[in-house]
Amino acid sequence: MQSPIELEISRRNLIVSSAAAVAVTGVAGKAAAQPAGRAMNLTTKLSFTVNGERRELDVDNRTTLLDALREHLHLTGTKKGCDHGQCGACTVMVDGRRVNSCLSLAVMHDGDQVTTIEGLGEPGNLHPMQAAFVKHDGFQCGYCTPGQICSSIAVIEEIKANIPSHVTGDLTAQAQMTAHEVRERMSGNICRCGAYSNILDAISEVAGIKA
Amino acid sequence: MRAFTYERASSVEAAAQAAAGNREAKFIAGGTNLLDLMKLEIETPTHLIDVNGLGLDTIEATPDGGLRIGAMVRNTDLASHEVVRRDYGLLSRALLAGASGQLRNKATTSGNLLQRTRCPYFYDTNQPCNKRTPGSGCSAIGGYSRQNAVVGVSDACIATHPSDMAIAMRALDAVVETVKPDGSKRAIPMADFHRLPGDTPHIETVLEQGEFITAVVLPAPIGGKQIYRKVRDRASYAFALISVGAIIQPDGTGRVAVGGVAHKPWRVEAAEAELPKGARATASILLADARPTEQNRFKVDLVERALGAAIAEAKG
Ligand SMILES: Cc1cc2nc3c(=O)[nH]c(=O)nc-3n(C[C@H](O)[C@H](O)[C@H](O)COP(=O)(O)OP(=O)(O)OC[C@H]3O[C@@H](n4cnc5c(N)ncnc54)[C@H](O)[C@@H]3O)c2cc1C
Ligand code: SF4
Ligand code: FES
Ligand code: FES
Repeated sequence: MQSPIELEISRRNLIVSSAAAVAVTGVAGKAAAQPAGRAMNLTTKLSFTVNGERRELDVDNRTTLLDALREHLHLTGTKKGCDHGQCGACTVMVDGRRVNSCLSLAVMHDGDQVTTIEGLGEPGNLHPMQAAFVKHDGFQCGYCTPGQICSSIAVIEEIKANIPSHVTGDLTAQAQMTAHEVRERMSGNICRCGAYSNILDAISEVAGIKA
Repeated sequence: MRAFTYERASSVEAAAQAAAGNREAKFIAGGTNLLDLMKLEIETPTHLIDVNGLGLDTIEATPDGGLRIGAMVRNTDLASHEVVRRDYGLLSRALLAGASGQLRNKATTSGNLLQRTRCPYFYDTNQPCNKRTPGSGCSAIGGYSRQNAVVGVSDACIATHPSDMAIAMRALDAVVETVKPDGSKRAIPMADFHRLPGDTPHIETVLEQGEFITAVVLPAPIGGKQIYRKVRDRASYAFALISVGAIIQPDGTGRVAVGGVAHKPWRVEAAEAELPKGARATASILLADARPTEQNRFKVDLVERALGAAIAEAKG
C-alpha cells in the first residue's frame, strides 16, 4: 500500500500543466512508492518501425501514438480531430491493422510496424487509393483524408480476409465487396465536409465495385 | 492527463500482484476506454500495467464443447472467428454492431466488459455525478436522461452499461474467469458480474482490487436463431438507445437479454417463459419494475417493438 503522503505526491495536481516538471518531480516521488527492484519512470524508451524506418524514442508515458508520430517524428500527415476515438482522422496501420492512434499509448507499440499516410505513397508515386481520392475529388478541406485513405485500404483488406461487418447478411459466407459493405465499414471515419459520395467512388474504383 | 508509471506485465500472476493493494494502479488492454477517460481525468491512475503480450489472445475449444476466449482477444478477431460466426452468431452480431472497425481492432474482450458508462454527466467533470465522484449527487435524475436506464435504477444513479458484447455474453450464459493477487482463481457467471448501482454506483462489477480477467468462457452452443437488434440515433458508430439480444428456438422458446436499459445486461429468466406468447407478454415481465424518466419512457415501448421484430425475424 502507498502511504497517504505518497498518494498526495502522485496526485501532483499543482504541476499537471507542465509535463517537464511532472517528469522530474514524479520520478523521485514514484521511485519511493515502488517496491525495491521495481523502480519505474514516467518516461519509457521504445523502438518501432515507422514507414519502414526504425525509430527510437524516449517519451513521457502519456504520449499517444498520434502525438509520437506528429510531435516527435514530425509525421504530420496523420491528423488529430477529436482525440477521443470519435472521428477517425488519426487512423494509421499498426502491424497491418487500422487503429485510432489517438487512443493508444506510444509506449505500447514497442516493436510494432506502423504505417502512416506518408508511408503509403508520395507525390509522383501515389498509392492507388491516394490517386483514386484525387481523381474522384474524395475530399474538400482534406483534414479527414489521411485517415479516410488508411481506413479505405484496410477496409478492402478486411473484406478480402473475410472479416464480417454489421451489414453482412450471412455470417458463415464469404464477406462481399459491395458499396453497402464499404459504407458501413467506413463509418469510423467522419468527414465534416461531407465528401462521402466521392470517397465511396474512389474506394469503389480501387476495390473493383461497379457503381 | 495525469502522469503515471508504466510496466509491461511478465505474467498473469505478476499483473494481478502489481495491482494488489494499489487502488491507483490499473490494467491497460486496448486502451480505447481507459485512455479516453484518462485524458478527461475521469480516470487518474498513477500506474499502468500493460497486460498485452501475456498470450491471452487465443480462442480455444473447451472439453465440454464450449469456447474459452482469452481476455486480450480483439473484438474484430472474436467476431470473425469461424466457430463464433457459426455457433454463437449473437456474439458476432453484437460485437459488429459496436464502435468502429478501428476501435474493434484494439478493443479486447475484458476491456469491453469493463468499459464505463456513457452517461453525459459522467463525462462532464463540471457536473455532480455519484459514479465519478461518490456523494456528489446525480445530475441525470431530473436532468437530460434520454440515454439513461429505465430499470434496476437507484436514487443515486440511473446510468446504463454501454457494451453490446456484454448483452450477447449474458444471453449465452458466459462465465468470466479471473485470477486474484493471491493467485486464487474464480469463475463468475455473467449474471453476477455487473452490479446494479444501489448507493455505490462507482462499484460496477464484483471484481476485487487487483483481480485480473484471464478469459471468458462460453458453454456449448444452444443453437436457435440468434438475433441482435440495436436501435440508435444513427445507423452505425453510435451507442445503443436500446438493444435486444435474442436466441429463439424453433418451438418459440428462447432467451433474451436487453441493453441500454440498465446498469448491467438486463435478463429476467421468468420473462423468457413468456417468449412463445410474444413480445408484449415477455416485455411486460422483463420491464415490470421499470422506473423510466419522462425523457426515456420511450425505451419501454422500444424494447417491446425491437423484441417483436426479433421474434418475427426468427420465425422468418
Ligand atoms: C467513439 C467510440 C464508440 C464506441 N461505440 C461502442 C458501441 O457502440 N458499443 C460498445 O459496446 N462499445 C463501444 N465503444 C467502447 C469500446 O467497445 C470499448 O472502449 C472497448 O471495448 C474497451 O476495450 P479495451 O480493451 O480498449 O479496454 P481498456 O480501455 O484497455 O480497459 C477498460 C477497462 O478495463 C480494465 N481491464 C481491461 N482488461 C482487463 C483485465 N484483463 N482484467 C481486469 N481489468 C481489465 C482496464 O483497467 C480499464 O479499467 C466505443 C468507444 C468509442 C471510443
Ligand atoms: S446517472 Fe450515474 S453516471 Fe449519470 S450522472 Fe447520475 S450518478 Fe453519474
Ligand atoms: S483524433 Fe483519433 S478518432 Fe478523432
Ligand atoms: S474533407 Fe473536410 S473533413 Fe473530410
